[in-house]
Amino acid sequence: MTADLGYGMTLIALGLAVYGGVAAGAGARTGRLALIESAQHAALGVFVLVTSCFALLTYAFLTFDFSVRYVATNTNLGTPFYYRITGVWGALEGSIILWSWMLALYTIILIVRHRVGARELYPWALATMLGILAFFLLVMTVAAPPFQRQAPVPADGRGLNPLLEDTGMITHPVALYLGFTGFTVPFAFAMAALITGRIGDTWLVLTRRWTIVAWYFLSLGLLIGGWWSYHVLGWGGYWAWDPVENAAFMPWLTGTAFLHSVMIQERRRMLRLWNISLVILTFGLTLFGTFLTRSGVIASVHAFTQGSIGILFLGFLALVLLTALGLVAWRWETFRSEGELDSVVSRESAFLLNNVLLVAAAFTVFFGTVFPLLSEAVRGVKVSVGAPFFNQVNIPLFLSLVFLMGVGPLIAWRRASLDNLKRNFLWPVALGIAAAAAAFALGVRSLLAALTCATTVFVAATIAVDFTRATRARLRVGESLLPAMGGLLLRHNRRYGGFVVHLGILIIALGVMGSHAWSVQTETTLHRGETAELAGYRFRFDGLTAVEESNHFKVVGAFTVSNGRVLGVLRPAKKFYPQEQAPIAYVDYRLGLREDLYLVLGDFARDGSQATIKLQVNRLVSWIWIGGVVLTLGALLAILPERHKSV
Amino acid sequence: MNQKRKLIVGGIVIAGALTYMIYAGVTQSAVYFVTPAELRAAPVPGKAYRLGGMVVPGSLKWEPRSLDLSFTLSDGTATVPVRHKGTPPDLFGEGRGAVLEGSWTADGYFKATLIMAKHSEEYKAPHDQSEAGYRELLKTLRGEGR
Repeated sequence: MTADLGYGMTLIALGLAVYGGVAAGAGARTGRLALIESAQHAALGVFVLVTSCFALLTYAFLTFDFSVRYVATNTNLGTPFYYRITGVWGALEGSIILWSWMLALYTIILIVRHRVGARELYPWALATMLGILAFFLLVMTVAAPPFQRQAPVPADGRGLNPLLEDTGMITHPVALYLGFTGFTVPFAFAMAALITGRIGDTWLVLTRRWTIVAWYFLSLGLLIGGWWSYHVLGWGGYWAWDPVENAAFMPWLTGTAFLHSVMIQERRRMLRLWNISLVILTFGLTLFGTFLTRSGVIASVHAFTQGSIGILFLGFLALVLLTALGLVAWRWETFRSEGELDSVVSRESAFLLNNVLLVAAAFTVFFGTVFPLLSEAVRGVKVSVGAPFFNQVNIPLFLSLVFLMGVGPLIAWRRASLDNLKRNFLWPVALGIAAAAAAFALGVRSLLAALTCATTVFVAATIAVDFTRATRARLRVGESLLPAMGGLLLRHNRRYGGFVVHLGILIIALGVMGSHAWSVQTETTLHRGETAELAGYRFRFDGLTAVEESNHFKVVGAFTVSNGRVLGVLRPAKKFYPQEQAPIAYVDYRLGLREDLYLVLGDFARDGSQATIKLQVNRLVSWIWIGGVVLTLGALLAILPERHKSV
Repeated sequence: MNQKRKLIVGGIVIAGALTYMIYAGVTQSAVYFVTPAELRAAPVPGKAYRLGGMVVPGSLKWEPRSLDLSFTLSDGTATVPVRHKGTPPDLFGEGRGAVLEGSWTADGYFKATLIMAKHSEEYKAPHDQSEAGYRELLKTLRGEGR
């Protein structure tokens, strides 16, 4: 019953989306407003139907409706309430519903915001959105139907993948998908700009905040993913260059490039073709990411299900790219008459270099991710490149990018004079060199660590220089300190939001550097009462206990941690789920600003007399999460509407 | 030199540096996927391999005190003796698939530096035997755990 209802609604939504897309396109061509209005109604209908599908599936999860196969495979009677809701998007079919729902939501917001005021571009953007939405609904009906009947109805379901029973899993996919789908809107407007031939600045201005919103969610998704990996997976890391992580990272890189190159076009009428291409590339990469993770072509720890869905995505990706590139070729002549670069030492060229490096980073990630496919196709041997490749190639790129982060916002437009350079960069450069020297004096002998210190301090100093200068200017006109600073942040929120994001990146860079350079780990087996030592900490094994939970039971170890005085007890565990073939490790940790204690129970003797543990002291990792919070706050500041006028 | 030429030269320099970095990165960190049969056919000591196969039932030995793990990996046609220092991962076990990273040693065994256990996507109903196993484990732990 539920299955049939859901399937029926999906089909109607698909029909409506196709109709709406065609109607919007026809309305745009003929200029008949009735058609566009009809398309809007269709979009509203799609939104209502997809929302109902989502609600229906959630209801099926909450009521243990095992007649729906998807419910039966992703929940069981023991699954706690909370995870029955998140279980809705715990696997492929549900995540496609979530994706479609977000697309439908964005389509509605697009209608509300741009229906008036963007006459020429809006109908085509709406048509593009509905076309893409139709594709996802098609996937929902043919390749990954969430509403499939299960007969006979089982007495109990299989249960959610235990690794997904974590709070990070509510927010991580939601944020990530809001980011992925968010880039559809700038893409839709770019397509509208190409179709109408209005490749000027209108589409950029219209989508500016959309892009920041998408970027904000994508960043948030990546950060939460890192946190989940760190505190759930039990290997003590937050980023593994796994294909699935890379799939989300590539559009982030090109999206970041786009956020910056937009400013060049707004200010100097340059890079029109480049901006359109970046949007197409970013949107294409979100589809490619889904293809990569869902097709099973590349082995990944995320190990999602395989099936026809990969082919569908690949076909759609090809269609999107061919259409987009065809439109670009068609409009080729209009891309002429661009502004010219006046000098290599200018803000334009700093931003240009930033873009080249970001796209280069995206390319290396792409290359490394698909390398096994390439090598097999070309040489017939399967060769993969792992984390060392990505680190080795990307570290110089990222360090250069961080350096440019200091240069770009302060260097003069068009042509920077020697005086301009001196005024802005003398102090920051001096401080950067001093920071490297200080690091050396404190005993840091790694070139990379010293370089990172120098660069981050340099960039932080440029931000400080800019902020003090602007605050002083406000103090001179009679404002007092705090309102002056607050006013700056709020009135020039895009610029200062950007600076706050940069600060966040600096903090993350230090955290990444610290965790790579200074973390230590060891592995050992202890008898009850025995003690292991690492980096001045002592871990005493006190014993094992067994605890029964609603849908699993776990074996919990108790380890007293001390460094001269007792700091507390860490309780890592192993969880046994009846539906799983093997136990799952449950990490215990103690976070700190300087270092985290991180303890994994690897193995234990059944009589509780002995336990094998993996213990790590991870340095500065917390700064990655702190930097992440700063970064997202900065992005939020930049999203606020701009209020330039009043002083 | 005009601005355009400077840009082109800059572009070539960046592209060149990038190509070199990728080339160096690939040659230094390439890992070859092999099966036990392929490894047996032409083992090169010291080369980085990723070896995939199944853990032969009855071959697994685990010494918790010294963290020595040894087992035999098979692909049906050939077998490779493997040694590893460290706790086996959660999904690792006899009769299950595993992918190992490491190298072939001159002493005639594969030295694994990383073990990735393969998660079977196949759903297995909780059968009575394992249920009983869990209960028993629960009981022993309750009785003697503290």
